[in-house]
Amino acid sequence: MTKSELILRIAELNPHLFQRDVERIVSTVFEEISAALARGDRVELRGFGAFSVKKRAPRLGRNPRTGAAVRVAEKFVPFFKSGKEFRERLNR
Amino acid sequence: MSGKTVTRAQLSEAIYQEVGLSRDESAKLVAAVLDEIADTLSEGDVVKISSFGSFMVRDKAQRVGRNPKTGDEVPILPRRVVVFRASHVLKDRINRSLSALADSGD
Repeated sequence: MTKSELILRIAELNPHLFQRDVERIVSTVFEEISAALARGDRVELRGFGAFSVKKRAPRLGRNPRTGAAVRVAEKFVPFFKSGKEFRERLNR
Repeated sequence: MSGKTVTRAQLSEAIYQEVGLSRDESAKLVAAVLDEIADTLSEGDVVKISSFGSFMVRDKAQRVGRNPKTGDEVPILPRRVVVFRASHVLKDRINRSLSALADSGD
């Protein structure tokens, strides 16, 4: 399922809404989550899961071809952990 | 990192502000979006959200775990887990914004 298919599905379930409003609703959800992560905030959606940002320390990596040491800068990786209800639902 | 937590309430509030639905309906729509993603994944389908990331279900095989307190071996049954892969757009945005914060001594 893509974002546009998700929009169509939500529009079907809510025939009283304009499709352009459904588009804004779906976009707002992902935009708010992205903006929160970009501030370094955590996003906790009960029953669904939680998004957070993990910090990876700078390290000395290696170019696998030449074996030369390369400095790898510190970086931030987004992470998702599914919620309890969601996990139970997948394994029913 | 600022260490704040965003919840369903803030997502509903953003929809209320952005689209002008009632607060109650905004909350229902947040739930509808999340439920739809969860439903699709439960059916084994992938959910791809452009410039955000994709969610997919992976099958995990059975393995032997251990109770860390007692050291007893406990079988961990085969199960399905959700994995999220953030898109490059999202990763870049987070890295740009958080490295800027780190540089400004925040």
